[in-house]
Amino acid sequence: MLQASDAEVLPTKEEEQEFERGLLLTTLDSLVNWARKSSIWPASFGLACCAIEMMATGASRFDLARFGAEVFRGSPRQSDLMIVAGRVSRKMAPVLRRIYDQMPDPKWVIAMGACASCGGIFNTYTIVQGVDQIVPVDVYVPGCPPRPEQLIHGIMLLQEKIAKERPSKHGLFHLPWHRAA
Amino acid sequence: MITEIFKGMATTFKHIFRKPVTVSYPEERLSLAPRYRGLHMLVVGDDGMERCVGCELCAVACPADAIYVEAAENTEQERHSKGERYAKVYKIHMLRCIFCGYCEEACPEEAIVLGKQYELASYERGDFIYGKERLMTPLAEAMKQRPDLHPDW
Repeated sequence: MLQASDAEVLPTKEEEQEFERGLLLTTLDSLVNWARKSSIWPASFGLACCAIEMMATGASRFDLARFGAEVFRGSPRQSDLMIVAGRVSRKMAPVLRRIYDQMPDPKWVIAMGACASCGGIFNTYTIVQGVDQIVPVDVYVPGCPPRPEQLIHGIMLLQEKIAKERPSKHGLFHLPWHRAA
Repeated sequence: MITEIFKGMATTFKHIFRKPVTVSYPEERLSLAPRYRGLHMLVVGDDGMERCVGCELCAVACPADAIYVEAAENTEQERHSKGERYAKVYKIHMLRCIFCGYCEEACPEEAIVLGKQYELASYERGDFIYGKERLMTPLAEAMKQRPDLHPDW
């Protein structure tokens, strides 16, 4: 005879937390996440040869607009995603961090290519060995440089990650007076 | 002035009837170049023998220092390859790797080859250290991606 075990009947810890937050808020969350993941505006932050592939991704052949991410913004104030495309030198590192700090929450980072992810072949004192030493990286895309398909794959992974996100302790809408200290 | 506007608009309207150039990637893919270099494969022969003999030439040739090989002796009880030694540990750091194919060029046994798989992105930096279990590919599988391999090396 078939018998249900406790593990199948009792909710997991995550499910319990979801119940506590209630149907309205969880539905609202998924709506907000859907809006966020369907309009990831990247900051144009091309540093080296990977930027060429990043431009190709935005162009008509691969058409990043299909993912709502075609608007490469000139200002970090208007962007949600920083695609670090290329090697980051030690002199560039504070600039990168500053641009990241200027981006409004919520924000994400993709380390595109071998150099941005871990230094690549440039294992020298001038190159930062991975931008995760400066900014929190969400998705790493290997390749030298990655094909546009690989970058799109990275963006799709990021969209999956955003869809699963839950509001931080600063609240759902990241209001200005809830700024992180 | 009016004629110029019409000329310009004529060009615009011509594009309506053209075939779109976009390749909608996850659904349809561009065909790769015949010599495209993607994810590595550590070839395992049809008899279950690894081709790699642990000579570490790939690790020496690698310009990014992305390959780590630790060789061990084959014994009568435990035989992994046809040579004297085999690769006990074989690791490739896929983030460091620049997919130049020098490892394949250096390999005397056609053991490490670069396939056509390219979707490698991930969330964690630790995910990119590919060990033997993720690299080892049966010969038949490898031949699908690389028809130019020699089945009877």
